[in-house]
Amino acid sequence: MTAAAAPHPHDVGADPAAPLVDLPGHSSRGRLERVLRRGEFAVTAELSPPDSANVDDVEVRARIFEGWVDGINATDGSGAHCHMSSVAVSAILTRIGYSPVLQISCRDYNRIAIQGNVLGAAALGVGNVLCLTGDGVQCGDHPEAKPVFDLDSISLLSVIRAMRDEGRFMSGRKLTFAPRVFLGAAENPFAPPLDFRVIRLKKKIDAGAQFVQTQYCFDFEMLRTFMTKARDMGLDERCFILVGVGPLASARAAYWMRASVPGVHIPDSVIARLEGAPDQRAEGKRICIEMIQALREEPGVAGVHVMAYRQEQKVAEIVHESGVLRGRAPWRRDFIPKMQPVESLEG
Amino acid sequence: MRTWAVRHSALMERLYKAFEGTIARAAPMLARIGFARLERPVAALESGVKGFLFDCRMCGDCVLSKTGMSCPMNCPKGLRNGPCGGVRANGNCEVYPEMPCVWVEAYRGSLGMREGAAIAGILPPLNHALKGSSAWLSLAREKAGARG
Repeated sequence: MTAAAAPHPHDVGADPAAPLVDLPGHSSRGRLERVLRRGEFAVTAELSPPDSANVDDVEVRARIFEGWVDGINATDGSGAHCHMSSVAVSAILTRIGYSPVLQISCRDYNRIAIQGNVLGAAALGVGNVLCLTGDGVQCGDHPEAKPVFDLDSISLLSVIRAMRDEGRFMSGRKLTFAPRVFLGAAENPFAPPLDFRVIRLKKKIDAGAQFVQTQYCFDFEMLRTFMTKARDMGLDERCFILVGVGPLASARAAYWMRASVPGVHIPDSVIARLEGAPDQRAEGKRICIEMIQALREEPGVAGVHVMAYRQEQKVAEIVHESGVLRGRAPWRRDFIPKMQPVESLEG
Repeated sequence: MRTWAVRHSALMERLYKAFEGTIARAAPMLARIGFARLERPVAALESGVKGFLFDCRMCGDCVLSKTGMSCPMNCPKGLRNGPCGGVRANGNCEVYPEMPCVWVEAYRGSLGMREGAAIAGILPPLNHALKGSSAWLSLAREKAGARG
Protein backbone atom coordinates (compact mmCIF):
# COMPACT_ATOMS: atom_id res chain seq x y z
CA MET A 1 0.00 0.00 0.00
CA THR A 2 1.71 3.20 -1.11
CA ALA A 3 0.38 6.71 -1.36
CA ALA A 4 0.09 8.22 -4.81
CA ALA A 5 1.77 11.61 -4.87
CA ALA A 6 5.05 13.02 -3.55
CA PRO A 7 5.23 14.97 -0.30
CA HIS A 8 5.08 18.76 -0.56
CA PRO A 9 8.58 20.23 -1.17
CA HIS A 10 8.32 22.37 2.00
CA ASP A 11 7.98 19.19 4.03
CA VAL A 12 11.22 17.62 2.86
CA GLY A 13 14.64 18.49 4.24
CA ALA A 14 18.18 17.69 3.10
CA ASP A 15 17.96 14.43 4.99
CA PRO A 16 15.14 12.95 7.08
CA ALA A 17 16.28 14.28 10.42
CA ALA A 18 17.48 17.71 9.19
CA PRO A 19 15.48 20.76 10.24
CA LEU A 20 13.26 22.16 7.49
CA VAL A 21 13.71 25.61 5.97
CA ASP A 22 12.07 28.44 7.86
CA LEU A 23 8.75 29.68 6.55
CA PRO A 24 7.58 33.22 7.34
CA GLY A 25 4.76 33.50 9.84
CA HIS A 26 5.28 30.00 11.22
CA SER A 27 5.83 29.34 14.91
CA SER A 28 7.69 26.11 14.35
CA ARG A 29 9.72 24.32 11.73
CA GLY A 30 7.48 21.30 11.98
CA ARG A 31 5.53 19.64 9.19
CA LEU A 32 2.20 19.59 11.00
CA GLU A 33 2.01 23.38 11.06
CA ARG A 34 2.92 23.54 7.36
CA VAL A 35 0.22 21.10 6.32
CA LEU A 36 -2.43 22.94 8.32
CA ARG A 37 -1.39 26.40 7.16
CA ARG A 38 -1.51 25.25 3.54
CA GLY A 39 -5.17 24.47 4.19
CA GLU A 40 -4.78 20.75 3.76
CA PHE A 41 -6.89 18.33 5.76
CA ALA A 42 -4.39 16.98 8.28
CA VAL A 43 -4.16 13.54 9.82
CA THR A 44 -2.40 12.86 13.10
CA ALA A 45 -2.15 9.57 14.97
CA GLU A 46 -1.51 8.56 18.53
CA LEU A 47 1.47 6.43 19.47
CA SER A 48 1.37 4.59 22.79
CA PRO A 49 4.89 4.71 24.22
CA PRO A 50 6.30 1.27 25.10
CA ASP A 51 6.92 -0.16 28.55
CA SER A 52 10.49 -0.58 27.50
CA ALA A 53 13.90 1.10 27.47
CA ASN A 54 14.61 -0.06 23.93
CA VAL A 55 14.71 2.56 21.19
CA ASP A 56 13.69 0.01 18.54
CA ASP A 57 10.34 -0.44 20.27
CA VAL A 58 9.60 3.21 19.52
CA GLU A 59 10.72 2.96 15.91
CA VAL A 60 8.52 -0.09 15.28
CA ARG A 61 5.49 1.69 16.69
CA ALA A 62 6.05 4.81 14.58
CA ARG A 63 6.92 3.08 11.30
CA ILE A 64 3.39 1.77 10.75
CA PHE A 65 2.13 5.37 10.44
CA GLU A 66 4.77 6.44 7.96
CA GLY A 67 3.44 8.09 4.82
CA TRP A 68 -0.08 8.26 6.22
CA VAL A 69 0.00 10.90 8.94
CA ASP A 70 1.29 14.48 9.37
CA GLY A 71 2.07 14.21 13.04
CA ILE A 72 2.53 11.52 15.68
CA ASN A 73 1.38 12.22 19.21
CA ALA A 74 3.53 10.63 21.88
CA THR A 75 1.19 10.26 24.83
CA ASP A 76 2.37 11.31 28.26
CA GLY A 77 1.40 8.75 30.86
CA SER A 78 -2.05 8.42 29.30
CA GLY A 79 -4.75 7.08 31.55
CA ALA A 80 -2.26 7.76 34.37
CA HIS A 81 -0.33 4.63 33.38
CA CYS A 82 3.44 4.69 33.38
CA HIS A 83 5.25 4.29 30.01
CA MET A 84 8.33 5.72 28.30
CA SER A 85 8.23 9.52 28.61
CA SER A 86 6.75 11.65 25.86
CA VAL A 87 9.88 13.81 25.72
CA ALA A 88 12.05 10.78 25.03
CA VAL A 89 9.69 9.25 22.46
CA SER A 90 9.33 12.61 20.68
CA ALA A 91 13.10 13.07 20.59
CA ILE A 92 13.60 9.57 19.16
CA LEU A 93 11.00 10.32 16.48
CA THR A 94 12.80 13.52 15.43
CA ARG A 95 16.04 11.55 15.00
CA ILE A 96 14.27 9.41 12.43
CA GLY A 97 12.57 12.36 10.78
CA TYR A 98 8.99 11.99 11.99
CA SER A 99 6.99 14.98 13.17
CA PRO A 100 6.12 14.28 16.80
CA VAL A 101 3.61 16.04 19.01
CA LEU A 102 5.00 16.21 22.53
CA GLN A 103 2.24 15.82 25.11
CA ILE A 104 2.61 17.47 28.51
CA SER A 105 0.24 16.50 31.26
CA CYS A 106 -0.03 18.86 34.24
CA ARG A 107 -0.63 15.86 36.46
CA ASP A 108 3.00 14.83 36.69
CA TYR A 109 5.23 17.90 36.72
CA ASN A 110 5.47 21.28 38.34
CA ARG A 111 6.32 24.50 36.50
CA ILE A 112 10.06 24.05 36.98
CA ALA A 113 10.09 20.59 35.39
CA ILE A 114 7.72 21.57 32.57
CA GLN A 115 9.66 24.60 31.41
CA GLY A 116 12.89 22.62 31.45
CA ASN A 117 11.30 19.84 29.41
CA VAL A 118 9.99 22.31 26.83
CA LEU A 119 13.48 23.72 26.30
CA GLY A 120 14.99 20.25 26.09
CA ALA A 121 12.39 18.93 23.67
CA ALA A 122 12.67 21.97 21.40
CA ALA A 123 16.47 21.64 21.41
CA LEU A 124 16.03 18.03 20.27
CA GLY A 125 13.91 19.19 17.33
CA VAL A 126 10.40 18.73 18.67
CA GLY A 127 8.14 21.27 16.94
CA ASN A 128 4.68 20.59 18.41
CA VAL A 129 3.50 20.62 22.01
CA LEU A 130 0.07 19.54 23.21
CA CYS A 131 -0.87 21.00 26.60
CA LEU A 132 -3.07 18.74 28.72
CA THR A 133 -4.53 18.69 32.18
CA GLY A 134 -4.10 14.93 32.42
CA ASP A 135 -6.28 12.11 33.72
CA GLY A 136 -6.46 11.78 37.48
CA VAL A 137 -4.01 9.34 39.12
CA GLN A 138 -6.95 7.24 40.35
CA CYS A 139 -7.54 5.72 36.92
CA GLY A 140 -3.99 4.48 36.39
CA ASP A 141 -1.68 1.79 37.68
CA HIS A 142 -0.18 4.05 40.38
CA PRO A 143 -3.26 5.41 42.17
CA GLU A 144 -1.13 6.12 45.26
CA ALA A 145 0.93 8.71 43.35
CA LYS A 146 0.87 12.38 44.33
CA PRO A 147 -1.09 14.38 41.72
CA VAL A 148 0.88 17.55 40.90
CA PHE A 149 -1.43 19.86 38.89
CA ASP A 150 0.76 22.88 39.62
CA LEU A 151 -0.51 24.46 36.40
CA ASP A 152 -3.68 23.77 34.44
CA SER A 153 -3.78 23.23 30.67
CA ILE A 154 -4.70 26.85 30.03
CA SER A 155 -2.00 28.40 32.18
CA LEU A 156 0.43 25.87 30.69
CA LEU A 157 -0.37 27.21 27.22
CA SER A 158 0.26 30.78 28.32
CA VAL A 159 3.55 29.79 29.98
CA ILE A 160 4.93 28.10 26.86
CA ARG A 161 3.68 30.90 24.63
CA ALA A 162 5.57 33.41 26.77
CA MET A 163 8.70 31.26 26.54
CA ARG A 164 8.38 31.21 22.74
CA ASP A 165 7.18 34.76 22.00
CA GLU A 166 8.74 36.74 24.84
CA GLY A 167 11.77 34.55 25.41
CA ARG A 168 11.35 34.27 29.17
CA PHE A 169 10.55 31.84 31.94
CA MET A 170 7.52 32.40 34.18
CA SER A 171 9.90 34.01 36.67
CA GLY A 172 10.81 36.60 34.06
CA ARG A 173 14.34 35.29 33.64
CA LYS A 174 15.46 35.59 30.00
CA LEU A 175 16.05 32.65 27.69
CA THR A 176 19.07 32.88 25.40
CA PHE A 177 17.19 30.93 22.69
CA ALA A 178 13.41 30.60 22.65
CA PRO A 179 11.68 27.27 21.88
CA ARG A 180 10.02 27.32 18.44
CA VAL A 181 6.90 25.30 18.96
CA PHE A 182 3.42 25.00 17.48
CA LEU A 183 1.07 24.97 20.45
CA GLY A 184 -1.85 22.62 20.84
CA ALA A 185 -4.58 21.86 23.31
CA ALA A 186 -7.23 19.24 23.84
CA GLU A 187 -10.96 19.74 24.10
CA ASN A 188 -13.84 17.44 24.90
CA PRO A 189 -17.01 18.60 23.10
CA PHE A 190 -18.90 15.65 24.61
CA ALA A 191 -18.52 16.25 28.36
CA PRO A 192 -20.55 18.54 30.63
CA PRO A 193 -20.91 21.47 31.03
CA LEU A 194 -21.57 21.40 27.27
CA ASP A 195 -22.31 25.11 26.90
CA PHE A 196 -19.05 25.95 28.62
CA ARG A 197 -16.93 23.78 26.32
CA VAL A 198 -16.78 26.34 23.52
CA ILE A 199 -15.97 29.10 26.02
CA ARG A 200 -13.18 26.89 27.29
CA LEU A 201 -11.93 26.38 23.75
CA LYS A 202 -11.84 30.15 23.34
CA LYS A 203 -9.90 30.48 26.60
CA LYS A 204 -7.38 27.99 25.28
CA ILE A 205 -7.01 29.90 22.02
CA ASP A 206 -6.65 33.17 23.94
CA ALA A 207 -3.95 31.47 26.03
CA GLY A 208 -2.02 30.40 22.93
CA ALA A 209 -3.54 27.25 21.41
CA GLN A 210 -2.93 27.15 17.65
CA PHE A 211 -4.39 23.70 17.12
CA VAL A 212 -6.80 21.51 19.04
CA GLN A 213 -7.17 17.75 19.12
CA THR A 214 -10.49 16.62 20.55
CA GLN A 215 -11.56 13.60 22.52
CA TYR A 216 -12.93 10.63 20.53
CA CYS A 217 -15.96 11.62 18.44
CA PHE A 218 -18.60 8.89 18.19
CA ASP A 219 -21.53 11.31 18.14
CA PHE A 220 -21.47 13.45 15.01
CA GLU A 221 -24.57 15.46 15.95
CA MET A 222 -23.02 16.54 19.24
CA LEU A 223 -19.87 17.55 17.41
CA ARG A 224 -21.87 19.60 14.94
CA THR A 225 -23.54 21.49 17.78
CA PHE A 226 -20.09 22.25 19.17
CA MET A 227 -18.70 23.25 15.76
CA THR A 228 -21.67 25.52 15.04
CA LYS A 229 -21.01 27.43 18.26
CA ALA A 230 -17.28 27.48 17.55
CA ARG A 231 -17.85 28.88 14.08
CA ASP A 232 -20.28 31.48 15.43
CA MET A 233 -17.48 32.70 17.69
CA GLY A 234 -14.99 32.58 14.81
CA LEU A 235 -12.84 30.05 16.66
CA ASP A 236 -12.26 27.83 13.62
CA GLU A 237 -10.45 30.77 12.00
CA ARG A 238 -8.16 31.31 14.96
CA CYS A 239 -7.23 27.69 15.53
CA PHE A 240 -6.98 24.40 13.61
CA ILE A 241 -9.53 21.96 14.98
CA LEU A 242 -8.61 18.27 14.61
CA VAL A 243 -11.33 15.90 15.72
CA GLY A 244 -10.42 12.68 17.53
CA VAL A 245 -11.56 9.40 15.97
CA GLY A 246 -10.77 5.74 16.46
CA PRO A 247 -11.98 2.23 15.65
CA LEU A 248 -13.87 0.34 18.34
CA ALA A 249 -12.71 -3.29 18.45
CA SER A 250 -16.07 -4.66 19.67
CA ALA A 251 -19.19 -3.79 21.62
CA ARG A 252 -17.46 -5.10 24.74
CA ALA A 253 -14.51 -2.78 24.13
CA ALA A 254 -16.96 0.09 23.71
CA TYR A 255 -18.65 -0.68 27.03
CA TRP A 256 -15.25 -0.89 28.69
CA MET A 257 -14.10 2.44 27.23
CA ARG A 258 -17.27 4.17 28.24
CA ALA A 259 -16.89 2.96 31.80
CA SER A 260 -13.14 3.18 32.24
CA VAL A 261 -11.67 5.93 30.06
CA PRO A 262 -12.47 9.37 31.46
CA GLY A 263 -14.46 11.65 29.17
CA VAL A 264 -15.36 9.16 26.43
CA HIS A 265 -18.94 9.41 25.19
CA ILE A 266 -20.26 6.52 23.06
CA PRO A 267 -23.97 6.65 22.13
CA ASP A 268 -26.02 3.47 22.63
CA SER A 269 -26.82 3.46 18.90
CA VAL A 270 -23.13 2.93 18.07
CA ILE A 271 -22.87 0.02 20.51
CA ALA A 272 -26.10 -1.47 19.12
CA ARG A 273 -24.67 -1.27 15.60
CA LEU A 274 -21.54 -3.14 16.76
CA GLU A 275 -23.59 -5.78 18.56
CA GLY A 276 -25.71 -6.38 15.49
CA ALA A 277 -22.76 -6.86 13.14
CA PRO A 278 -21.46 -10.30 12.19
CA ASP A 279 -17.87 -9.03 12.34
CA GLN A 280 -17.68 -6.44 15.11
CA ARG A 281 -14.06 -5.50 14.46
CA ALA A 282 -14.77 -4.77 10.78
CA GLU A 283 -17.88 -2.84 11.75
CA GLY A 284 -15.86 -0.74 14.23
CA LYS A 285 -13.47 0.16 11.47
CA ARG A 286 -16.35 1.01 9.12
CA ILE A 287 -17.91 3.30 11.74
CA CYS A 288 -14.57 5.06 12.12
CA ILE A 289 -14.16 5.53 8.36
CA GLU A 290 -17.69 6.91 8.01
CA MET A 291 -16.99 9.34 10.84
CA ILE A 292 -13.79 10.55 9.15
CA GLN A 293 -15.65 11.07 5.88
CA ALA A 294 -18.39 13.04 7.61
CA LEU A 295 -15.81 15.19 9.43
CA ARG A 296 -14.02 15.87 6.13
CA GLU A 297 -17.15 17.69 4.98
CA GLU A 298 -17.83 19.61 8.20
CA PRO A 299 -16.87 23.29 7.86
CA GLY A 300 -14.17 24.38 10.31
CA VAL A 301 -12.76 20.89 10.89
CA ALA A 302 -9.08 21.06 9.87
CA GLY A 303 -8.23 17.41 10.29
CA VAL A 304 -8.61 14.21 12.25
CA HIS A 305 -6.60 12.73 15.09
CA VAL A 306 -6.68 8.93 14.92
CA MET A 307 -6.42 7.15 18.25
CA ALA A 308 -6.38 3.43 17.53
CA TYR A 309 -5.28 2.04 20.86
CA ARG A 310 -4.03 -1.54 20.36
CA GLN A 311 -5.16 -1.35 16.71
CA GLU A 312 -2.42 0.98 15.51
CA GLN A 313 -1.66 -1.24 12.53
CA LYS A 314 -5.15 -0.35 11.22
CA VAL A 315 -4.44 3.40 10.98
CA ALA A 316 -2.93 3.24 7.47
CA GLU A 317 -5.89 1.20 6.18
CA ILE A 318 -8.38 3.54 7.81
CA VAL A 319 -6.76 6.65 6.36
CA HIS A 320 -6.42 4.99 2.95
CA GLU A 321 -9.94 3.60 2.78
CA SER A 322 -11.52 6.82 4.00
CA GLY A 323 -9.93 8.65 1.07
CA VAL A 324 -9.44 11.58 3.39
CA LEU A 325 -6.05 12.55 1.95
CA ARG A 326 -7.51 12.86 -1.56
CA GLY A 327 -4.28 11.76 -3.19
CA ARG A 328 -2.01 13.85 -0.96
CA ALA A 329 1.04 12.05 0.42
CA PRO A 330 2.31 12.89 3.90
CA TRP A 331 6.09 12.76 4.38
CA ARG A 332 7.88 9.44 4.34
CA ARG A 333 11.52 8.47 4.44
CA ASP A 334 11.77 6.55 1.19
CA PHE A 335 10.89 9.61 -0.85
CA ILE A 336 14.04 11.50 0.10
CA PRO A 337 16.75 11.22 -2.53
CA LYS A 338 20.11 9.88 -1.39
CA MET A 339 18.85 9.03 2.08
CA GLN A 340 20.20 6.24 4.23
CA PRO A 341 17.51 3.99 5.67
CA VAL A 342 17.56 4.04 9.45
CA GLU A 343 17.47 0.42 10.50
CA SER A 344 18.76 0.88 13.99
CA LEU A 345 19.50 4.00 15.96
CA GLU A 346 22.06 2.28 18.10
CA GLY A 347 24.77 1.80 15.47
CA MET B 1 -23.38 24.53 52.07
CA ARG B 2 -21.01 24.88 49.14
CA THR B 3 -23.73 23.96 46.66
CA TRP B 4 -26.09 26.35 48.47
CA ALA B 5 -23.62 29.19 47.97
CA VAL B 6 -23.36 28.39 44.27
CA ARG B 7 -27.14 28.21 43.90
CA HIS B 8 -27.33 31.62 45.49
CA SER B 9 -24.42 32.99 43.49
CA ALA B 10 -26.24 36.25 42.73
CA LEU B 11 -26.75 36.94 46.45
CA MET B 12 -23.15 35.94 47.16
CA GLU B 13 -21.97 38.30 44.46
CA ARG B 14 -23.85 41.22 46.05
CA LEU B 15 -22.47 40.35 49.49
CA TYR B 16 -19.00 40.11 48.03
CA LYS B 17 -19.28 43.48 46.31
CA ALA B 18 -20.43 45.10 49.54
CA PHE B 19 -17.65 43.40 51.46
CA GLU B 20 -15.06 44.45 48.90
CA GLY B 21 -16.15 48.06 49.41
CA THR B 22 -15.84 47.65 53.18
CA ILE B 23 -12.34 46.28 52.83
CA ALA B 24 -11.39 49.14 50.56
CA ARG B 25 -12.69 51.68 53.10
CA ALA B 26 -11.02 49.89 55.99
CA ALA B 27 -7.74 49.47 54.17
CA PRO B 28 -6.01 52.64 55.51
CA MET B 29 -7.00 51.74 59.06
CA LEU B 30 -5.80 48.15 58.60
CA ALA B 31 -2.54 49.54 57.24
CA ARG B 32 -2.08 51.64 60.40
CA ILE B 33 -2.62 48.60 62.62
CA GLY B 34 -0.13 46.69 60.48
CA PHE B 35 -0.93 43.90 58.02
CA ALA B 36 1.66 41.57 59.49
CA ARG B 37 0.08 41.83 62.94
CA LEU B 38 -3.39 41.18 61.51
CA GLU B 39 -2.44 38.25 59.31
CA ARG B 40 -3.01 35.42 61.78
CA PRO B 41 -6.32 36.49 63.32
CA VAL B 42 -7.81 37.63 60.00
CA ALA B 43 -6.69 34.46 58.21
CA ALA B 44 -8.34 32.40 60.98
CA LEU B 45 -11.59 34.39 60.67
CA GLU B 46 -11.53 34.19 56.87
CA SER B 47 -10.89 30.47 56.98
CA GLY B 48 -13.88 30.01 59.30
CA VAL B 49 -16.33 32.12 57.30
CA LYS B 50 -15.28 31.03 53.81
CA GLY B 51 -14.69 27.47 54.92
CA PHE B 52 -18.32 27.33 56.07
CA LEU B 53 -19.74 29.03 52.98
CA PHE B 54 -17.55 27.69 50.18
CA ASP B 55 -15.38 24.87 51.55
CA CYS B 56 -12.55 27.39 51.15
CA ARG B 57 -9.06 25.86 51.03
CA MET B 58 -7.25 29.11 51.87
CA CYS B 59 -5.25 29.19 48.65
CA GLY B 60 -4.55 32.85 49.45
CA ASP B 61 -5.62 34.09 46.03
CA CYS B 62 -9.41 34.04 46.08
CA VAL B 63 -11.13 33.97 42.68
CA LEU B 64 -14.69 33.04 43.77
CA SER B 65 -16.19 36.07 42.04
CA LYS B 66 -14.74 34.80 38.73
CA THR B 67 -15.73 31.17 39.17
CA GLY B 68 -19.45 31.36 39.79
CA MET B 69 -18.88 31.31 43.58
CA SER B 70 -17.72 27.69 43.32
CA CYS B 71 -14.26 27.34 44.89
CA PRO B 72 -11.96 25.81 42.23
CA MET B 73 -9.60 24.50 44.88
CA ASN B 74 -12.21 21.83 45.61
CA CYS B 75 -11.49 20.39 42.18
CA PRO B 76 -9.19 17.41 42.82
CA LYS B 77 -6.99 18.71 40.01
CA GLY B 78 -7.10 22.25 41.40
CA LEU B 79 -8.14 23.58 37.98
CA ARG B 80 -8.68 27.34 37.98
CA ASN B 81 -9.60 27.87 34.34
CA GLY B 82 -12.41 25.45 33.64
CA PRO B 83 -13.35 21.78 33.82
CA CYS B 84 -11.11 18.96 32.64
CA GLY B 85 -12.21 16.63 29.86
CA GLY B 86 -13.10 13.86 32.28
CA VAL B 87 -16.40 15.19 33.61
CA ARG B 88 -18.95 12.36 33.72
CA ALA B 89 -22.13 12.42 31.65
CA ASN B 90 -24.14 13.09 34.83
CA GLY B 91 -22.00 16.15 35.56
CA ASN B 92 -20.02 14.50 38.34
CA CYS B 93 -16.28 14.51 38.97
CA GLU B 94 -13.91 12.14 37.16
CA VAL B 95 -11.89 11.55 40.32
CA TYR B 96 -14.75 11.38 42.87
CA PRO B 97 -17.76 9.87 41.07
CA GLU B 98 -20.15 10.92 43.87
CA MET B 99 -19.15 14.59 43.82
CA PRO B 100 -20.71 17.10 41.39
CA CYS B 101 -17.99 18.67 39.22
CA VAL B 102 -16.85 21.96 40.72
CA TRP B 103 -16.83 23.52 37.26
CA VAL B 104 -20.28 22.31 36.24
CA GLU B 105 -21.45 24.17 39.34
CA ALA B 106 -19.20 27.12 38.63
CA TYR B 107 -20.65 27.58 35.18
CA ARG B 108 -24.19 27.32 36.55
CA GLY B 109 -23.33 29.84 39.26
CA SER B 110 -21.79 32.25 36.77
CA LEU B 111 -25.00 32.33 34.71
CA GLY B 112 -26.86 33.91 37.62
CA MET B 113 -24.26 36.56 38.34
CA ARG B 114 -24.16 40.09 37.00
CA GLU B 115 -20.45 39.79 36.28
CA GLY B 116 -20.59 36.07 35.61
CA ALA B 117 -18.90 36.49 32.22
CA ALA B 118 -15.63 36.84 34.15
CA ILE B 119 -15.53 33.03 34.05
CA ALA B 120 -14.34 33.33 30.44
CA GLY B 121 -11.20 35.25 31.47
CA ILE B 122 -7.86 33.49 31.88
CA LEU B 123 -6.53 33.17 35.41
CA PRO B 124 -2.78 32.99 35.95
CA PRO B 125 -1.18 29.98 37.67
CA LEU B 126 -1.68 29.93 41.40
CA ASN B 127 1.11 31.33 43.57
CA HIS B 128 1.54 28.44 45.99
CA ALA B 129 3.58 30.64 48.33
CA LEU B 130 0.31 32.38 49.31
CA LYS B 131 -1.29 29.21 50.68
CA GLY B 132 -2.82 29.78 54.09
CA SER B 133 -2.59 33.57 53.91
CA SER B 134 -5.59 35.89 53.99
CA ALA B 135 -6.93 36.93 50.59
CA TRP B 136 -8.93 39.68 52.36
CA LEU B 137 -5.77 41.27 53.67
CA SER B 138 -4.02 40.94 50.37
CA LEU B 139 -6.96 42.79 48.78
CA ALA B 140 -6.72 45.44 51.52
CA ARG B 141 -2.98 45.73 50.93
CA GLU B 142 -3.68 46.29 47.26
CA LYS B 143 -6.27 48.98 48.03
CA ALA B 144 -4.04 50.71 50.58
CA GLY B 145 -1.17 50.63 48.12
CA ALA B 146 -3.32 52.06 45.38
CA ARG B 147 -4.25 55.01 47.59
CA GLY B 148 -0.80 55.61 48.97
